Amino acid sequence: MFGLVPSSAIAGVVHPAAALVAFAASPLARLSPLDIVVIAVYFAMVLWIGFYLKGRSNTSEEFFMAGREMTAWIAGLSFVSANLGSLELMGWAGSAYQYGILATHWYWIGAIPAMLFLGLVMMPFYYVSKTHSVPGYLDLRYGGGARTVAAFSFAIEMILMSGVNMFAMAVVMKVVLGWDITFSILVSSVAVALYVGLGGLRSAIFNEVLQFVLIWGGALLVPILGLVQTGGAAGLKKQIMTNMQSMTGVHGDSYFHLWRDTGTFAANPMGVHWTGIVFGLGFVISFGYWTTDFLVVQRVLAAHNLRAARMAPIIGSFFKMAVPFIVILPGLLGLVLLQNPDGSRRQLVGEDVVAACTASRGAVDDPASCTAAMSKTTLPAAYQQKVLSGAPDAELHSYNQALPLMMVRYLGPGLLGLGITALIAGFMSGMAGNVSAFSTVWTYDIYKPLINKKGTDSHYVLVGRLSILIGVAVSIGAAYLVMHAHGIMDYVQALFSIFIAPLLATILLGMFWKRATKWAGFIGLLTGIVFSASLFMWVKLVPSALASVALSPDAKPMAENVFRALWAFLFSFAVVVVVSLLTKPRPVAELEGLVYGATPLPKEEPVPFYKNEYMWAILVVILFVALNVIFW
Amino acid sequence: MHGSGISIWFFIGVLLFVYGGLICGYGIYEWLTASYPVGVQLTALHTPVWWGAFLFLVGVFYSVRFRPGRASS
Repeated sequence: MFGLVPSSAIAGVVHPAAALVAFAASPLARLSPLDIVVIAVYFAMVLWIGFYLKGRSNTSEEFFMAGREMTAWIAGLSFVSANLGSLELMGWAGSAYQYGILATHWYWIGAIPAMLFLGLVMMPFYYVSKTHSVPGYLDLRYGGGARTVAAFSFAIEMILMSGVNMFAMAVVMKVVLGWDITFSILVSSVAVALYVGLGGLRSAIFNEVLQFVLIWGGALLVPILGLVQTGGAAGLKKQIMTNMQSMTGVHGDSYFHLWRDTGTFAANPMGVHWTGIVFGLGFVISFGYWTTDFLVVQRVLAAHNLRAARMAPIIGSFFKMAVPFIVILPGLLGLVLLQNPDGSRRQLVGEDVVAACTASRGAVDDPASCTAAMSKTTLPAAYQQKVLSGAPDAELHSYNQALPLMMVRYLGPGLLGLGITALIAGFMSGMAGNVSAFSTVWTYDIYKPLINKKGTDSHYVLVGRLSILIGVAVSIGAAYLVMHAHGIMDYVQALFSIFIAPLLATILLGMFWKRATKWAGFIGLLTGIVFSASLFMWVKLVPSALASVALSPDAKPMAENVFRALWAFLFSFAVVVVVSLLTKPRPVAELEGLVYGATPLPKEEPVPFYKNEYMWAILVVILFVALNVIFW
Repeated sequence: MHGSGISIWFFIGVLLFVYGGLICGYGIYEWLTASYPVGVQLTALHTPVWWGAFLFLVGVFYSVRFRPGRASS
């Protein structure tokens, strides 16, 4: 779920120190009674869906795979919605504020090619093998060793991510609305436990589609009204060009180019090189996330036939391309529209600056730290003095608050409730997605093969329901762990990136190379994870190692993520190849349904061109290329 | 959703119908009484009225089109 969330957002939204700062500040918004009604209606709807679907989730196929009867549209919306959580929305809006439209790479090259590849190339193997999970595919292809490594990795990652989502939501509700942390955690966890425990994957998918609609209904007004106020896109560009040179030191024009300034690390505000974007993000991270992360793949596996399963990611890719309109654009608009209470232009800062300038009883707690932190920003000297003096109207807000601040700027009673509901829905479906995926992996890939192989179908459904309750309880523990253990957030976030690149190498070779062997899959995955974790710890313990990992002294943390993923992928790839050549391959006959070249794909019925997945994929490619050229 | 039962689109329709009605209704009240929220920009555009009406109409369409008992797509 958090795989493609900017690390700054993760660190920012849920960093304990920042959270404490937020607690001391007054909330950004106050809800009217109408807003409360809007939020209450959402919770009522979610529970209604859960109770309704309980009667349709009695068998394991129904509970864990939603009966494999989702249409392409529902599977596609759920697929893309699983990656449209609130942390992502807020994080990337904040990144757009910092880096301009470079942040859009995570939506376009960082998603679209991989989604098409999943739909057109990989999905037949996942679907034909009738696997229920990604570890399940590894079991069929490589045997129990690789399955167990992947299953435990997924299970741990998902439960921790669910807890992080829970805590992130609680912190955001505290910052934006002033709600009590424990209240938010309890309400969200009870709601998630109820509706996923009752309705299983089907309930999670329904709520993801609901969340998708709510996010568009709640957030679309922000860019529309923002553009009205700036005089359209031309007005926005003109104002950014005029204002930003002085504020950020980067020429404003760089905010509007996806590729032009990526020839060197130093030429663009994100500090990335195009090779990292193309190979690290566009290939390893993106393909790893969209084609092997069980949380998203599970949604497509629930489709009612192979054509729907292939169409789902393609439908999702259209919406994915549109998401920057409600995420990136508000960040850019925030650059020129957000104002301080005194009417001056508001400059957002990093979470570290907000944390360093914690104020209580009308004065900054540690003026020396605050001064040092602000000296690294472009805040005007007069405003810095105001902050130091503890003036009540001298507020500091972080980049990650760009989207909520824009919501508060334009949304009055009712509409604000809708916007907040969209954020709540995003967090809750993030939790629900992780918990439902955890339940499936736990039941099918850990409990069934390792603990009780001979249970009845109803027994496994019961285990699934119980694992959801246990998963939610552990998530609550993880949420409080994150709240109290400084720095643990970085490690939780890193779990995803550490695991996904070796998994991608293992699955791609397993799916497209008949020679890949059982031992190669197991050893390649395990050593790849160890290698990736070692790179992460190296940079963590020796920050200067970033220059070695990302191949440049100008590289910034964002570059580390993409290059670490690239090296981990290449390492695992090499290990799988070498070990395969040294060990005995399985007979080709055993690989039917699992490997390209050994699997006769089922003939699909001819359909009119407007229902043909290849036609829609071509349209996606044309749009994708056009957008990259337009915003070159 | 495929198969029998209530479609997800019906749930979405009901939700948008309720939200649209509430937001549009409040927007009309706000317009008639000129009691605009403090600090909110562009209130002269009466956003709650037209956005609420839009949500309401979409909600009505989906609620009717995918009502229980009617064959869904």
